[in-house]
Amino acid sequence: MTLRDILNKLLRRQESSANTARERLQLVLAHDRADLSPDLLDQMRKEILEVVAKYVEIDIEEGAVSLETEDRMTALVANLPIKRLPSGAIKVKEHGESSDN
Amino acid sequence: MSTNTRIILICSGKGGVGKTTLTANLGIALARTGVRTAVLDADFGLRNLDLLLGLENRIVYTAQEVLEESCRLDQALVKHKQEPNLALLPAGNPRMLEWLKPDDMQRIVSMLSDQFDYVLIDCPAGVEDGFKNAVSASKEAIVVTNPEVSAVRDADRVIGLLNTNGINPVQLVLNRVRPKMIASQEMLSVDDVTDILALPLLGLVLEDEQVIVSTNRGVPLTLSGINSPAARCYSNIASRLQGEEVPLIDPAKEGSGMRDKFRRLMQTKIF
Repeated sequence: MTLRDILNKLLRRQESSANTARERLQLVLAHDRADLSPDLLDQMRKEILEVVAKYVEIDIEEGAVSLETEDRMTALVANLPIKRLPSGAIKVKEHGESSDN
Repeated sequence: MSTNTRIILICSGKGGVGKTTLTANLGIALARTGVRTAVLDADFGLRNLDLLLGLENRIVYTAQEVLEESCRLDQALVKHKQEPNLALLPAGNPRMLEWLKPDDMQRIVSMLSDQFDYVLIDCPAGVEDGFKNAVSASKEAIVVTNPEVSAVRDADRVIGLLNTNGINPVQLVLNRVRPKMIASQEMLSVDDVTDILALPLLGLVLEDEQVIVSTNRGVPLTLSGINSPAARCYSNIASRLQGEEVPLIDPAKEGSGMRDKFRRLMQTKIF
């Protein structure tokens, strides 16, 4: 707080506009920056699918990863269909088995 | 392509913050130090670099004819008479925007870098195709902004895009700084802007009426020899770009009247 801020408070004057500008910018930029580009999101989708595919058989083409924003909370939502065996069990890969997908 | 050529994009996102003025003044200031400098007007839609350099009547061919191979590069380059180390490659017809691709831009810049030590690319405003084409041909960038919310926000967006395109280094020039308004806390300070954008500051340019006078005449401030505040700032930026350590002008020390001293007193941090 500066001398001017105190004087402004005492005189019940408006806060200096530079402070307002700084606060508004910090808020709007936090929001802007969370916006992932489609390219980056697609790259992330591929990498997430690759990691999951190491452990269970999934349908690489069907997997979807998206960003969902509600209020000021942003969530990364992944929808990864897992392939099932005829018996209905999930196909789990042996740990360490390399994936060719 | 010569690997030593510095290929520098001058961009801002928002229009009207001083990209073209910086390109013209920096071009002249660099050329005066003896390095061969080319300025490329990549703003094909709304070209103005020719006007600020006072070269608008000497354009015969443009980047368009060079790309169509209907003229040689040196036929299109407009050499500055008073500063022969500086040459302008003018923007072509706005219809170029319809077919210009990143490859075309890279070809032009590659040709320029065979002949020049510095290539300054005056980027169009916005973040669309014109910007992307210019980015694809650049190695480093200077982001120009003003201490205003809209300019800073757009600069932030551009910085993000430059980073994802692997442009490095990206440096900041803060243009149109008004020391009196900063002192009365009615303008974002230099520290405010560098903190928010998290970029190294290449320099600041003080608000100066002489900038308008010089554009009226088509003689950049760095060429006219006028010792105005902005002229000093532009020269300092050129020196820093070449690796010299030049101290920043402190906006708080500009102005020495009683009112300025009072404003500075009022800025004292209490807690």
